[in-house]
Amino acid sequence: MDAAGYEALRLSLLVSGTATLLALPLALGCAWLLARRDFRGKDLFSAAIHLPLVLPPVVTGYLLLLAFGRTAPVGRFLEQTLGLVLAFRWTGAVLAAMVMGFPLMVRAMRLAIEAVDPRIEDAAATLGAPRYAVFATITLPLIAPGILAGTVMGFAKALGEFGATITFVAAIPGQTQTLPSAIYSYLQVPGGEARAAQLTLIACAIAVSAVIVSEWLSRRIAARIGTRIGAA
Amino acid sequence: MSLSVDIRHRFDGFTLNAAFEAPAGVTALFGRSGAGKTTLVNAVAGLLRPDAGRIALQGRVLLDSQAGISLPPHRRRLGYVFQDARLFPHLSVAANLDYGTRYAATGGTAMSRSDVIDLLGLAPLLDRRPRHLSGGETQRVAIGRALLSRPEMLLMDEPLAALDATRKADILPYLERLKTAYSLPILYVSHALDEIARLADTLVLLSDGRVHSAGPIRTLLSDPALVPLLGVREAGAVIDARVTHHADDGLTTLRIAAGDLYLPGVQAHVGEVVRVRIRAGDVIIARDRPTGLSSVNILPVTVTAVQMGDGPGAAIALDAAGDALLARITARSARDLGLKAGMRCFAVLKATSVAQASIGQNQH
Repeated sequence: MDAAGYEALRLSLLVSGTATLLALPLALGCAWLLARRDFRGKDLFSAAIHLPLVLPPVVTGYLLLLAFGRTAPVGRFLEQTLGLVLAFRWTGAVLAAMVMGFPLMVRAMRLAIEAVDPRIEDAAATLGAPRYAVFATITLPLIAPGILAGTVMGFAKALGEFGATITFVAAIPGQTQTLPSAIYSYLQVPGGEARAAQLTLIACAIAVSAVIVSEWLSRRIAARIGTRIGAA
Repeated sequence: MSLSVDIRHRFDGFTLNAAFEAPAGVTALFGRSGAGKTTLVNAVAGLLRPDAGRIALQGRVLLDSQAGISLPPHRRRLGYVFQDARLFPHLSVAANLDYGTRYAATGGTAMSRSDVIDLLGLAPLLDRRPRHLSGGETQRVAIGRALLSRPEMLLMDEPLAALDATRKADILPYLERLKTAYSLPILYVSHALDEIARLADTLVLLSDGRVHSAGPIRTLLSDPALVPLLGVREAGAVIDARVTHHADDGLTTLRIAAGDLYLPGVQAHVGEVVRVRIRAGDVIIARDRPTGLSSVNILPVTVTAVQMGDGPGAAIALDAAGDALLARITARSARDLGLKAGMRCFAVLKATSVAQASIGQNQH
């Protein structure tokens, strides 16, 4: 594998890992709202979260560009206040990966939260546990398999994300060229098939090991907590 | 030691408007399903906030809608044993038991962990997961878990309803031991009169969201006017009797003021006082002392009240030298015998009519 291939692999892992970690607490919060709270505009909220799942990724990428481009309102605001530039940077690839993986994460976590009987949490409250303690000692362990499943799915989606990424941040080697866009660009040049095949194998290996590790972890958690909820 | 409740709550076209006092001992909340029992207990526990009302435990205000006070469940210090146990599935039995102790107030007259484990026979279960427990074991763990959170009162919502008769019979002695071992007031919700007759000291009768009547268990269970509400087949008085002799043929002699009763299957030792439940339908009334009967339990009694029902039955309140008994006979028989208050007659009880489960240790 050449240096460009390594660079694409490194960048892909960095982008996907960062996107997944950043999205995790946010997705858990949204999943909680959707599973446990009733509020005005809940349907709209849910639709907005799930939008990237049904929109063509190119459209999502274009919308991101419209909002977060350097001349766009949000993009300019972020650059002026935080010095954060998203368009055509790896940070933008992280945002694209987050947005695309988010609905999958929320979905898995929401199902896990809905599977927890709130009456079990009531029981913990009658035993003297304050709200935060109930969440930490009862709810969180019970939804752990769902959180894990959602995280793995979000990571896998982030790793494979192509359309929104290439539209929003293009495919600049060393900056925004992730595995899928590297594979794509190799295929565009004569004689690039071998290098594309190498990266394809690596992508497959990462995806398969992610699934195996998550299955193993989720079995271990399920065995420990004695439930089978939310496992992917 | 008492809980005072006075709440109003409207939901799904049903109005709960109930006020009662639960003194020390076991207070049973009895009513048909839909009478509002669980709603009431959930309001006491703080799991449901009623529209209006006041709840206080030994002077400590748990809820006062006028003053805008409503303590959250975790600050009410009430142990709640649910019908469906609600053990934490991801924790071992030991961790379930210990869950409440980390939040419990220190000091006070808490019962020790080992005492509770002994009392409920939990030692062999400690390492197990809730999913590997039988129904009876599950409920015992739930009771232990509630006790170890050092509550000031125990709430039990039909803790035996999900169990079959055998498991029920297994667990009732634990509840009786609980009652005698600790001076912990218990609010016990049930629609099973046999459990209530065995455990309760005070009875609160709930009907259509209202407290129909409330008072000492012996008074209410021997009130002929309450027979329709308690259920004609299940109604019956509760009396205390002292065990005087166990015969070789399996019959036990029990002494009450009016004479001796001979009952099978009594587990208590000689000298102990047991609570005997005598179903109204198992009492026959005779004007003269009957002879040549297969039954050996015949007591001289005085009729204190005759309550004609809407149907073919009549409930007769009897006084047996100070103990109140209840008989349910047909209205025709009541008329034929000319029963009226003050009349002396004889009550014939079938010895087999007293089920073993209806004989309980008495704390008095």
